Amino acid sequence: MSTFLRLGTLILWLSILSWWAAAGMNLGWTKTSVSTMETDPITGIDYPVWKKQFVPGIDLLAVGTGCAVVLFGVSFLPFLSRNNKNQQL
Amino acid sequence: MNKTTIILAAASALAVTATAQEIAFDLKDPKGVNNIVFKLDAPLESINGTANGISGTIEVDPAQPEEIEGKIVVETKSLTVSNSLMQEHMLGADWLDAANHPEITFEVKEVLNPVKNGNEGTADVKGLFTLKGVSKEITAPAKVTYLPGRLADRTNGKTQGDLIVIRTNFQIKRGDFGIKAGENLDKVSDTIDISLSIAGSAPKKS
Repeated sequence: MSTFLRLGTLILWLSILSWWAAAGMNLGWTKTSVSTMETDPITGIDYPVWKKQFVPGIDLLAVGTGCAVVLFGVSFLPFLSRNNKNQQL
Repeated sequence: MNKTTIILAAASALAVTATAQEIAFDLKDPKGVNNIVFKLDAPLESINGTANGISGTIEVDPAQPEEIEGKIVVETKSLTVSNSLMQEHMLGADWLDAANHPEITFEVKEVLNPVKNGNEGTADVKGLFTLKGVSKEITAPAKVTYLPGRLADRTNGKTQGDLIVIRTNFQIKRGDFGIKAGENLDKVSDTIDISLSIAGSAPKKS
C-alpha cells in the first residue's frame, strides 16, 4: 500500500512539473488570460489583444509540490506500513 | 470708435481665428487600439496590465500639434490583468473601487516646453489626474503626431478626416491617491508606471 502511495505521489509531482514546464515555465502567478501586442498599421500604436488561456504559475507548482510532500509523508504512517507487511506475509 | 475699442475688436478677431484653427479629436476609437499599459514592480510580485476603455476629447491646432487641451477618460473596469482573481481584487472596494469610482481622468491644464517638428510635437503636459476620487496635478512628457487625411485609411474610405496620435509615459504613486497608502508594499508597488498610446479622430464636416 505505501509503495503504491509513494509511486502515485511521484507520478502526481512529475505530472504537475511537466505541465508547468510544458506551459512555458511561468515564474509568475497563474494566469487565466494572456495578452499579445499587435501594431495598428495606420497609427503605429502597439495594442494588447487578450485571450482566455490558463497558464500554471509557481503558485500551482508550489501547491502541487506541497501535496506531493504530504502524500509522501503519509506513506510512512505506521498503519500503511503494517498493511504492507501483512500483504507480504 | 475710439482707439481702445479698435484694439479690443482686433484682439477678439485674432482669438476667434485661433479658436477656429483648433480641431476636436474624439478619443473613442472604434478600432479599439487606444490603450494604457500599467506596471507595478514590487519586491515579491510584478503586476502588468492594460486598459482600453478610453474616451474623451483632445483639441489640437494642426499648426502647433504640441499645443493640446482636453480631457482623457478611462473606464476603471476596463483595467485588465492576467489573473481573474487579481483583477477582482484590483477593481474591488479596497483598491480601485470601480463601482463607486467608474472613471480615471486626466484633464490638460497647461502645455510646457512645446517643440514642433513637422507634423510631430513634444511637450510637457501639466494636468489634473483623478484616480479613486482624488485629484493631483502631474506633469507628463507627451509626443503628439498629427496625421492629416488618414482617417479615411482606417475606415476604408467611408469617413474623411484627420487622426492624431498621443503617446506619453509617466509615473504615479498609489499612496497619493488614497489606495492603501503604505500597505502591501512587498506585493503591490507604490509606484505605478503608466504608458498611454491613443489615437483620436476628427471627421471632416461636410
